[in-house]
Amino acid sequence: MNGIKTKRQQAIEKHYKDLVGQFTPNHALAMNLVRAFLWGGAICTLGQCVSETGKTYLGLGQSETSAFTAIVMVFLGAFLTGLGQYDRIGKHAGAGSIVPITGFANSIVSAAMEFRREGLVLGVGARMFVIAGPVLVYGIGASVIVGVIAYLVGLF
Amino acid sequence: MSKRVGEGTVELTSRPRVAAWSSTVGKKEREGPLGISFDFTLGDDLLGQKTWELAEAAMLRDTVCRCMDKAGLEPEDADVLLSGDLINQIMAAHFCARELRVPMLGLYSACSTMSEALAIGGMLVDSGAARRAVCAVSSHFSTAERQFRTPLEQGGQRPASAQWTVTGAGATLLCGKDYAPDNAETVVSMRYATIGRVIDYAIKDMSNMGAVMAPAAADTLERHLLDIGRAADDYDEIITGDLGKVGRDLLLELLKEKGVKVDRNRVWDCGASIFSPEQDAHAGGSGCGCSAAVLNGHILGRLMKGEARRVVFMATGALLSATSVLQGETIPGVAHLVVLERDGE
Repeated sequence: MNGIKTKRQQAIEKHYKDLVGQFTPNHALAMNLVRAFLWGGAICTLGQCVSETGKTYLGLGQSETSAFTAIVMVFLGAFLTGLGQYDRIGKHAGAGSIVPITGFANSIVSAAMEFRREGLVLGVGARMFVIAGPVLVYGIGASVIVGVIAYLVGLF
Repeated sequence: MSKRVGEGTVELTSRPRVAAWSSTVGKKEREGPLGISFDFTLGDDLLGQKTWELAEAAMLRDTVCRCMDKAGLEPEDADVLLSGDLINQIMAAHFCARELRVPMLGLYSACSTMSEALAIGGMLVDSGAARRAVCAVSSHFSTAERQFRTPLEQGGQRPASAQWTVTGAGATLLCGKDYAPDNAETVVSMRYATIGRVIDYAIKDMSNMGAVMAPAAADTLERHLLDIGRAADDYDEIITGDLGKVGRDLLLELLKEKGVKVDRNRVWDCGASIFSPEQDAHAGGSGCGCSAAVLNGHILGRLMKGEARRVVFMATGALLSATSVLQGETIPGVAHLVVLERDGE
């Protein structure tokens, strides 16, 4: 099965790959970048407003403000996902709505909704982190490594 | 009796009759350019069921019943049901068959299942093994998305070459000459079937299915024409399954390279035609239900009215699985071909 491809087959595949490149429409890269910038910026601005509100009007401290902002933004992302609106935003915003914390909420809630019918344990429970899981694993993993390095550097 | 012609084509000498057909689609498909040709539109794409999977099974079952009903028959009057869909272990087809109590052969060749079913059904009827065979396949946007892609509500972007899985089903009733019901319109029959070879040109991009399937379509069409000694121009129309806009262009280019002369205007694709550009389906529709619904609405309707007299129907399938994609494998494609003709051709 582990095919040693003939030269001819390789040539066919190479040629076909070029053809496919020629006939496949390009993503509108510039437009997508602009949209992602604007949407991402808008979401972050909203986050900043929430943060300022917490600090100025609710009298929260630094770490409390961060937690407050995260809670509000995650709620908004989850809420819009539940209403079936977040995927519509995502269609235009691309990475602009995936990268902020609202996108993280969307990835968890959408998976939980999708697999609700397979039950609470094997459906929602098992599948909830199907998209967010890798982000958590490698995000937390990387932060531990960086933490250890920072600690070691701090020793000297 | 079925007779082998050339390397890979079967001639169905008794010419099994296409006695009845029926199609069902969702709302989005109904709003597309071919909308009026479908028999039935779903008001609620959950069909009052608990899950999307049960909804797809119910849609398929209803389509089979409507098809048999058009011929004035009950589902049990079919000797065999040939059916498939896109869900793991072809759940919709099996759950549909469990209610119909018709002997059933489950088929899977991704989006080319409709022409696979017709090819096998045609041979069964032609050989006398079945008096009547009903071929029915379905796909549902919401079952296919969760199977192959991401959750429905996840907010991401689809590339321009991506296709939209059609919510739809189609059923065709094939009858032996002496078994077609009196009231059925039987001016259309099946004459040839060419079983496709599985072709892999090392494409890995799941969102460019047209590129995966085009080489298989080119291969099957070339072999078919060579086998029976016809030119592409002998057909009024050459209809592919769900290559989409990208795949159709690639098919034409590959045929040109192979030296197969085709008139571009006679080659059209169900997937590229089922949605309009405004419907935001990118390169077009896909899924077994796409070619099945278009065949059992638009195409057979045109054949019956005489707007086309002799056509090639070649559904195309991308043979990936969720496992093969994760393991980084390339995606093989396949295309099965059947020839549908009006009497007197």
